[in-house]
Amino acid sequence: MKILTVCSTGLGSSFMTQLNIDKALKELGVTGVETDHRDLGSVSPGDADVIFVGRDIADAAKDLGDVVVLDSLIDMKEIKEKLIEALKRHGVAVPGEEQA
Amino acid sequence: MNGVLKVLLDIFRQPSVIVALISLIGLALQRKPATDIMKGTIRTFVGFLVLAAGAGVVTNALDPFGDMFQHAFHVQGVVPNNEAIVGTVLVKYGSVAALIFFFGMIVNVILSATSYFKYVYLSGHVAFYMATMITVIFVAAGFQTWQTLLLGSIAQGLVVTLSPAVVQPFMKKVTGTDDVALGHTGGSGIALGGLVATLTRSKKHPSKSTEDINFPKNLGFLRDTTVIVALSMAVIYVIVALFAGPAYIESKLSNGQNFIVYVIIEAATFSAGVYIILAGVRVVLGEIVPAFKGISEHLVKNAKPALDVPVTFTFAPNAVLIGFLSSFVGGIVGMTVMAVAHTTVIIPGVVAHFMTGGATGVIGNGAGGRRGAVLGSFVNGLVITFLPLLLLPVLGSVGKGAATYSDADFGVAGIFLGYLNKAGGQIAIIAGLVIVLILVYVASYFLNRRKNTIADAADVAEKTQATA
Repeated sequence: MKILTVCSTGLGSSFMTQLNIDKALKELGVTGVETDHRDLGSVSPGDADVIFVGRDIADAAKDLGDVVVLDSLIDMKEIKEKLIEALKRHGVAVPGEEQA
Repeated sequence: MNGVLKVLLDIFRQPSVIVALISLIGLALQRKPATDIMKGTIRTFVGFLVLAAGAGVVTNALDPFGDMFQHAFHVQGVVPNNEAIVGTVLVKYGSVAALIFFFGMIVNVILSATSYFKYVYLSGHVAFYMATMITVIFVAAGFQTWQTLLLGSIAQGLVVTLSPAVVQPFMKKVTGTDDVALGHTGGSGIALGGLVATLTRSKKHPSKSTEDINFPKNLGFLRDTTVIVALSMAVIYVIVALFAGPAYIESKLSNGQNFIVYVIIEAATFSAGVYIILAGVRVVLGEIVPAFKGISEHLVKNAKPALDVPVTFTFAPNAVLIGFLSSFVGGIVGMTVMAVAHTTVIIPGVVAHFMTGGATGVIGNGAGGRRGAVLGSFVNGLVITFLPLLLLPVLGSVGKGAATYSDADFGVAGIFLGYLNKAGGQIAIIAGLVIVLILVYVASYFLNRRKNTIADAADVAEKTQATA
């Protein structure tokens, strides 16, 4: 499974979100999920199974497939919750969910 | 023996090798498996070469623009675009800049671990851009390479530690927490915008939040950097081309191709170059930033990560667009003033107005509602138009090109260092850095004491309550 985080330049905030998702995946004990960050202009539908974006670019990203919109890029709790939902949606087991 | 030394020197003069080595160190420190280390190191090596290739594309597209502008208006026209200028500088001073970026991160960790300012600057791309500007200024000041590395790294560390600090009072109001900071080279302009928003706030008629407005949603294309750069440059190129006239362009620049077709292709090529540079920067930083994040989390207690401007965008998406437009208007006003005054003309850099203007909109809205968003961003727009003008003279030969650094921190840091050099040479720069360092620790002493007093007072209050 592949998760992409996207922002307008693909440099800063998408990168931080990716690192936060990596951290959450590790804490949840999930392995085998590939993550990367990209700019809005170079993502096309099918590039990833799930795409995480901030609320501000939700509209521009809505046609990219399974898009998860984050209300805040710095809220680790929100990231974790939405990540667990997305993983389940794609049939990925989440061993560490109880502790989350 | 000399032959070996020469080969070694040839290797280490290559900026691509230096960034690959930094990446190698970062990956090794994270104790990654050998295959990952090799993969990451090679990716960074190639990433830098991608970046350099993009720099060539941007420069080729900008050169005719400079010529047209000169021919049409008889003054120099400069486009503030970080990627364009950074690409050019890296080709020339890449090794030194990469090392200042690297050692600047170390200075950042030391400063945040030992002072009150616990900001760890995680926006690697803008920190990288800042390192290139600092390199240019120290080289222009005539320092030797080792001095440039030492002093440049200290300057870089100070800038990235203090920039989040000046925005933090306003950032707290937006995020509702003191745990996260803003790390962007627009910091000082954004903070000034926040200050303006606070000062223009009215108790009697408080301005409503921007988020109560039902704002048109079809401005979403503005989020796409490639589109917005191509579009804005096409508009600017066509306007300048109309003033320069078809005769000049078709005889001197386009080889007979229709002048409008020619400039639109050049404008799109500029955007293509920025696209390539961004891709290169992304790869170069891909391995370095996670290592820096991991190490800083380990070493700095209670560190506040300073993150890129779009983290603010989610808090008030309407304010981003209002801020962008208002900042852009500020840029146009500034440009008009320069045109009338016959100075070098700074053309509004759309990406900078979007990023820093947008963030100022959010910060301004947090401090003073709609009025704060509009006025704060307008001031930011003026600032990022006039600071680049003042910065140009201290950039040496780099300041004579058709592109320059855009955001406010480049102006503040560059003007501080550059004009110190103009006033008192290398000694003045060294003295300036020492004074700032001392001020950081003096301020830390008093701020820490105040924090402890407040904590003590809270403690006492709690105890009194408990006994009562």
